[in-house]
Amino acid sequence: MRETTLTSSTSTLVHTTLPSTYQKETLGGRTEGGRSEGKGRIFSPVIGSTVLSRTVEPLEYYRRFLKENCRPDGRELGEFRTTTVNVGSIGTADGSSLVKLGNTTVICGIKAEFGAPPTDAPDKGYVVPNVDLSPLCSWRFRSGPPGEEAQVASQFIADVIENSQIIQKEDLCISSGKLAWVLYCDLICLNHDGNILDACTFALLAALKNVQLPEVTINEETALAEVNLKKKSYLNIRTHPVATSFAVFDDTLLIVDPTEEEEHLATGTLTVVMDEEGKLCCLHKPGTHFPSVSVLNM
Amino acid sequence: MAFLDFRGGSGRVQIVSKRRATCGRHSWSPRVGACVRRTHLVRKRALLGGSNKPRLHVGSGAMEGAMQTESKIRADSRTEPGPRGPGCSLRHFACEQNLLSRPDGSASFLQGDTSVLAGVYGPAEVKISKEIFNKATLEVILRPKTGLPGVAEKSRERLIRNTCEAVVLGALHPRTSITVVLQVVSDAGSLLACCLNAACMALVDAGVPMRALFCGVTCALDSDGTLMLDPTAKQEKEARAVLTFALDSVERKLLMSTTKGLYSDAELQQCLAAAQTASTHVFRFYRESLQRRYSKS
Repeated sequence: MRETTLTSSTSTLVHTTLPSTYQKETLGGRTEGGRSEGKGRIFSPVIGSTVLSRTVEPLEYYRRFLKENCRPDGRELGEFRTTTVNVGSIGTADGSSLVKLGNTTVICGIKAEFGAPPTDAPDKGYVVPNVDLSPLCSWRFRSGPPGEEAQVASQFIADVIENSQIIQKEDLCISSGKLAWVLYCDLICLNHDGNILDACTFALLAALKNVQLPEVTINEETALAEVNLKKKSYLNIRTHPVATSFAVFDDTLLIVDPTEEEEHLATGTLTVVMDEEGKLCCLHKPGTHFPSVSVLNM
Repeated sequence: MAFLDFRGGSGRVQIVSKRRATCGRHSWSPRVGACVRRTHLVRKRALLGGSNKPRLHVGSGAMEGAMQTESKIRADSRTEPGPRGPGCSLRHFACEQNLLSRPDGSASFLQGDTSVLAGVYGPAEVKISKEIFNKATLEVILRPKTGLPGVAEKSRERLIRNTCEAVVLGALHPRTSITVVLQVVSDAGSLLACCLNAACMALVDAGVPMRALFCGVTCALDSDGTLMLDPTAKQEKEARAVLTFALDSVERKLLMSTTKGLYSDAELQQCLAAAQTASTHVFRFYRESLQRRYSKS
């Protein structure tokens, strides 16, 4: 956009046109990376110089908002960010989805390949999730082997798949003991603005619903698998687990869908995964004090 | 995808590192009595789950024969939490402190046949990249019994680290590091709870300032909703859900929870209440074991 303004305004000086376009971009209501405007209400504490306070004393800055039961980006304590889902955008993958929770963006691509079933469960296939937190999504991550957060997230997704029985692994088996489908689920975070676990669970669910597996028949004479690409069928998704993450502030307040800044300032996090029947698949609470057991009733 | 691999194990996929070292088989005898220490005398118990046998001893047993040197004090205990029904008792547990000479603190915790050895180094020097200006940097390393540490170990390390961070008074030692190293010696169910207990005892042995002690309790729910505390490996495998909680000693607050399997909200509350009752016994055991240790010296 900047290029068009320069060519269109050849006679005027560059610096007089640039500030106005910059203003239009930021106040235009589009969510650019790093700015979330919520419903357009931008609170600012009355006392002192706001900008300095946010970087120097972030916790105090946040507490001023929390006292009013809202957050700096204009959300209520129990309000989620705008969620966007786009399914089937990757043509080369068997199933894909892109999920945006506010600014947190996760893309999931699923590839189905053949593999041998495990020897102790010959009629089951595999689902192999992998969460990739690259340096692209946040300054905190470096390139190289997966760091701790990526590994924890991968394990979490693997646990959710296992616990919630989202798909029956027997459905993935083609020929007992010889051939089964292996679904490699790659979840790549493009932008990390907090609440990565919710976004990954959602992306995985959306992508699994999008997966189409071709029909495979085993030719008895040659014992080879024949793939019929023209006949594809969707996976049978049994349950729809939904993850909800909370940040615990000062041991008393629970905030839903925390941003990255809130996650850093919080004293702890809690993630609950539930399916449609209200059964809990996972309660992931990695440490720090919790106000009381009764708070778990929500 | 570089660190993906799948290993069969009743159809469950495990993400493990592709780099695997050839590891010799550790000939650990499943009988608790046959462990490294010759003078180690531990009472055996009927291992089959849900046993309704009355426990003969409550509280710390006098196992004087186990003393090797003055610095190594052992404490032994068998407990039975209140009338909650059959199969709701904790297995026999034992703890040994100050058994390693190099770490600042060390402890070995035994729960039934599950055994974990913990060592604590700290407060020690920290790498500048990991330094936190106003508190201590806590690090947990969990090494499995066989193979290289994988993604599951990383996940458990994170849980244990966050639990320790909640209780350790890191503000008293800024810009230092406290490292907890856990080695799984044998795994017969309730591994994470045993790791937590070992870590707590090792932190106490190292003299790291803490605001409370913590303990780990595992609950298993089987298909008809029966609750089992401190399940064995077999019970865990057959259970519908396995829940592990970390509770603190001051107010029995929930510090950490991780669950596996499907369960309802009411069952969660029930398990939590049972875990809180069981933790009373674990804390009583901690107290007795520490009292015995410091009264002797």
